[in-house]
Amino acid sequence: MPSLRRRRAAAEESARASDPDEKRPELRKPKKQRKWSCLDNCCWFIGCVCVVWWALLFSYNMMPSSFPQYVTEAITGPMPDPPGVKLKKEGLQAKHPVVFVPGIVTGGLELWEGHSCAEGLFRKRLWGGTFGEVYKRPLCWVEHMSLDNETGLDPPGVRVRPVTGLVAADYFAPGYFVWAVLIANLARIGYEEKAMYMAAYDWRLSFQNTEVRDGALSRIKSNIELMVATSGHRAVIIPHSMGVLYFLHFMKWVEAPAPMGGGGGPDWCAKHIKAVMNIGGPLLGVPKAVSGLFSAEGRDIAVARAIAPGVLDKDLFRIQTLQHIMRMTRTWDSTMSMIPKGGETIWGGLDWSPEQGYAASKRKHNTSEPENSTCTEDGNVKQKLKYAHYGRIISFGKDVAEAHSSEIQRIDFRDAVKGNNFANNTCRDVWTEYHDMGISGITAVAEYKAYTAGDLLDLLNYIAPKMMERGSAHFSYGIADNLDDPKYSHYKYWSNPLETRLPNAPDMEIFSMYGIGIPTERAYVYKQVPAADCYIPFQIDTSAVEENVDRCIKDGVFTVDGDETVPVLSAGYMSAKAWRGKTRFNPSGMKTYVRECDHAPPSTLLEGRGTQSGAHVDIMGNFALIEDVMRVAAGATGEELGGDRVYSDIFKWSERIELPL
Amino acid sequence: MAVILRFRKLCFQEPSPSSCNEHKRQVTKRDGEKMKENCGSEEDGLRRKGVKEWRCVDSCCWMIGLMCTAWWLLLFLHHCMLASLPGAEPPGARLGRQGVAALHPVVLVPGIVTGGLELWEGRPCSDGLFRQRLWAGSFAEIFKRPMCWLEHLSLDNETGLDPAGIRVRASSGLVAADYFAPGYFVWANLIENLARIGYEEKNMHMAAYDWRLSFQNTELRDQTLSRLKSKIELMYVSNGYKKVVVVPHSMGANYFLHFMKWVEAAGGGGRGWCAKHIKSIMNIGPVFLGVPKSVSSILSAESKDVAFLRAMAPGLLDSEIFRLQALEHVMRVSRTWDSLVSLLPKGGEAVWGNLDWSPEEDHVCDWGTRKYQPQLKAKGNETDGRHSFQVQEPAKFGRIVSFSKTVSSPDATTSSKSNASCGKVKTEYDEVSQETIWKISEERAYSADTLLDLLRSVAPKMMKRAEAHFSHGIADNLSDPKYNHYKYWSNPLETELPEAPDMEIYSLYGVGIPTERSYVYKLSPPGKCRSIPLQIDSSADGSQNGCLKGGVYFVDGDESVPVLSAGFMCAKGWKGKTRFNPSGSATYIREYKHIAPANLLHGRGLESGAHVDIMGNVALIEDVLRVAAGASGVELGGDRIYSDIMKLSEKIKIHL
Repeated sequence: MPSLRRRRAAAEESARASDPDEKRPELRKPKKQRKWSCLDNCCWFIGCVCVVWWALLFSYNMMPSSFPQYVTEAITGPMPDPPGVKLKKEGLQAKHPVVFVPGIVTGGLELWEGHSCAEGLFRKRLWGGTFGEVYKRPLCWVEHMSLDNETGLDPPGVRVRPVTGLVAADYFAPGYFVWAVLIANLARIGYEEKAMYMAAYDWRLSFQNTEVRDGALSRIKSNIELMVATSGHRAVIIPHSMGVLYFLHFMKWVEAPAPMGGGGGPDWCAKHIKAVMNIGGPLLGVPKAVSGLFSAEGRDIAVARAIAPGVLDKDLFRIQTLQHIMRMTRTWDSTMSMIPKGGETIWGGLDWSPEQGYAASKRKHNTSEPENSTCTEDGNVKQKLKYAHYGRIISFGKDVAEAHSSEIQRIDFRDAVKGNNFANNTCRDVWTEYHDMGISGITAVAEYKAYTAGDLLDLLNYIAPKMMERGSAHFSYGIADNLDDPKYSHYKYWSNPLETRLPNAPDMEIFSMYGIGIPTERAYVYKQVPAADCYIPFQIDTSAVEENVDRCIKDGVFTVDGDETVPVLSAGYMSAKAWRGKTRFNPSGMKTYVRECDHAPPSTLLEGRGTQSGAHVDIMGNFALIEDVMRVAAGATGEELGGDRVYSDIFKWSERIELPL
Repeated sequence: MAVILRFRKLCFQEPSPSSCNEHKRQVTKRDGEKMKENCGSEEDGLRRKGVKEWRCVDSCCWMIGLMCTAWWLLLFLHHCMLASLPGAEPPGARLGRQGVAALHPVVLVPGIVTGGLELWEGRPCSDGLFRQRLWAGSFAEIFKRPMCWLEHLSLDNETGLDPAGIRVRASSGLVAADYFAPGYFVWANLIENLARIGYEEKNMHMAAYDWRLSFQNTELRDQTLSRLKSKIELMYVSNGYKKVVVVPHSMGANYFLHFMKWVEAAGGGGRGWCAKHIKSIMNIGPVFLGVPKSVSSILSAESKDVAFLRAMAPGLLDSEIFRLQALEHVMRVSRTWDSLVSLLPKGGEAVWGNLDWSPEEDHVCDWGTRKYQPQLKAKGNETDGRHSFQVQEPAKFGRIVSFSKTVSSPDATTSSKSNASCGKVKTEYDEVSQETIWKISEERAYSADTLLDLLRSVAPKMMKRAEAHFSHGIADNLSDPKYNHYKYWSNPLETELPEAPDMEIYSLYGVGIPTERSYVYKLSPPGKCRSIPLQIDSSADGSQNGCLKGGVYFVDGDESVPVLSAGFMCAKGWKGKTRFNPSGSATYIREYKHIAPANLLHGRGLESGAHVDIMGNVALIEDVLRVAAGASGVELGGDRIYSDIMKLSEKIKIHL
């Protein structure tokens, strides 16, 4: 109301001023202009914006819901029927109950108890949804998302729990689907909540801890049993990403005897599971996890740093974003489940790797030839063949990454003495374990030059001892020599396919479905950054670029074929070789199938994330994949789907891995 | 505000400069100032093209902007105020400090109407609503596509299940019934307080079900009962073999009664399942013996609110204007919902009274000054002032439906109404002949027994469907094998409680609010499109303090459920070892006196006794929390009674 008074005052003033105006009209002019005072302008402006906004909102709401589709069809031609509609016309009907197991990051988390800074957020999503709180109270958010550094469970006074039900992971953020498309298509052939179950779990915890804290595994068991009992058919399980490992863990857990396991008995899986359809499963881990743990970066962050060097640095803005992220993610045990498994046998040593000779540009033209094609055929005189050394998952400096192993001088870091804590006080709120290492420790790490998958574990043990101590109680990354060893009944081996047997269920089928055709992080070139107060001492060296058509290395990251997150090797090897037929990892000889989806980016923006995508998450909207899933859910076997569908070199690469089966 | 606007408009009318000068000459001294200002501004505007004109559109924008800003400012202040106000400490926090901690798993069973329903498969008109809420939530679809919405919420009139091509399913999880509409809590308060003493989703479960279906059909179609059983077993095991505390609300109480019989008889739980898994059942506002409200909603799709509205604005609800025919639509849809029938008064005349007698007969209806003390002398002042109809002396609550005499005789016009002109809304009344209706109204009064016959004649299909699922009588001999049929399971007067001597049954309900008990009906005024021939006679009013108001008799209750229905079973029918409670499970009655919120800031009140608002009642929440944390009924303090329930129960003579 003060504005009103002002306006009136202005008007009266002008009225008064106009009284003697006959003689001095020029005096009046400047006063007249006060009519549009600043406040009025503001009000006017806000009013305009509101009106326009409302009008737009109104027209948007009035718009028939088929309008966007209509526009799309007008531009790109008629869309293919979604698989649900198509298969319904074929007469497919809901048969087997379906269980979704979401992966890391995609599941929603909500607050059940918090500190005072989280007032009013009870049962609101902290993770997933709009992420509004990240902007409103970032530190509070980080505090609540972190777990206890010692136990890997809740910090005192904070309870963050997974959202349950299909809503847990149907959309990650508004408009960004994860499971929603699959759910909608399944619903078309008659599925509903009684035959669909989202096995949501807290993806920050180690797998066994989800049972200890939330009883998550028991819930899955009980729900599968219920659905199998009520429908009379065995369940089809569809894990995605880390969910694949989680479900592997579940299958061992459920058959293990009661105190540690679920007490389901040795034939539980045979009785209750028809097929496990792994989507983009990092069965052998992902190199991305390493860079995440090592320096809280991925390729995207490295690129961002290369483009705008200052933004992510801690001195500007004093944000210390990466340090906060690192501190938070290092409390999440689950990230450690995805450290590359199988060591050098699987991921390659200093001088060889199963993918050597991979050339991104060659695959599509000529899949039979590429034995001699290399990444770097740029007239290097000395070497006739210069492979990209994918086996060196971390190397310091581009020259190290490319040099032959005999030329690298490595100084062992394992016994190096860590220096004193040099930044004790200033970095308190962003403490990462790097601050315990001191300069000498950091140098020692850099001096080792090149790390293979085997060395990596030692490296992580060295730089983050606390985290790895927690993690090694829950996860293991080796290869079993003798699976009969009683030690393998411990739960820490359950999520490693190379250290467990598949359950005894000869009729069960395992599918590995994943996208290919997208460059996927495989190895990194690192550099040491100059010391500063609170910092992460290593960064991806974005200057490492190869000018070559194949571009296996870009911005410090070596890429291979994969789905942008998981390399083909990790997603496909188990189904392509280690589980194929009767092996020691698959004693009952259950059938395995590899179903690849070649990536085709959406042709126009209107298509959104595409119906033929092969990217790690977008593949959940891939029509071919959805059709496979629906056919299996409606009763088809892998044979009826057409067996393997392979575009990549996965079989050839698998041959190169020498693993006794 | 208006003054300023007018002033501005004055300023910006466009009189020609010449006229302005003329005016200047003509104006008297008194008006001079205003006029000169007027012309001056005009000249100014003409002289300086650069100055924007303050036009009508601008004024509008300015107004809207001002209003928005003011609104935001107020909202901001409101938020600040709320944050800084030292609001009452929630009971959960208080109990948490006292060391009360989560112990027994909790199962929440929502009642009718409060649970969300979402679309899984629909007709083309419902495009884009997949997995969106049709019921509860924002209800936006009602306004956007009302007919489509109604079509999808209806069930099949023959089977009581989904119509072909439509699948509407209950939402699941705690979100199914935490809020009914944004800001209108149902379970949210209770959930939040439970969370404060350590509950989370692993030991708290919302047993959402499709409340439109008959109870057995929820199992048939969705396997809801099996799911509930499996969930309870899981929680029992995974929480260290602690029995569950079940908290049903409203119709959920009947649903859970059905569940208990089902699980031991058909669900494979076997005898002793309840004894093994259930610690106590805390029925909130239970409708054990039905509610009279359901009668009026089946008969004419009205309740006191609608009747009141009709009395206030007689034309509004009539179909001729607006062609809305809202009531007809509501009736058509709601008559496909079997669950409504489960709410019809049970126990017949023995419980609800006959034409001349009712357990509440000396009830005092002076709501303003009512004290919770036995007042026996109050009979006298109720008798006067009844003019337009027959009921006399102590309010005859037993006549659940009675017809007033005011409508004289059926005119020929009503019977010759043409269906064609009335659009597509067809209710079952179209199939009922006019004579039948007339005969019905001739009958004058219906007790709880004859009421069923009345409903059978006006809603034949619905009753045929639903009576296969529900029964409303009293069992003479509970060992009769016919009582093994599922249709008796939700009627507490026709089933035995499971054999669980340690199980406790609570009845928690509000008292102190006038609650519909019986109705005065009349034939609807003849009209072209009236397809509901009966309506509540809102002109029927009792004396000032009477129990009759706007055609509805009121008794004590929680606004929906009369005390009798909520309390009788725990007060008498199940108390001690009776034939309905052979193992002698302990029963407790906890009443909550209604205290309306003192001011608007309190929202729906912390001490409300109303049917749904009671879920925010602090005392009730505390009781539930204590029991969930392990307390027994005796530790809570046993019965807490304000109403006449004990006296009422005494008057009901059924063999126990």
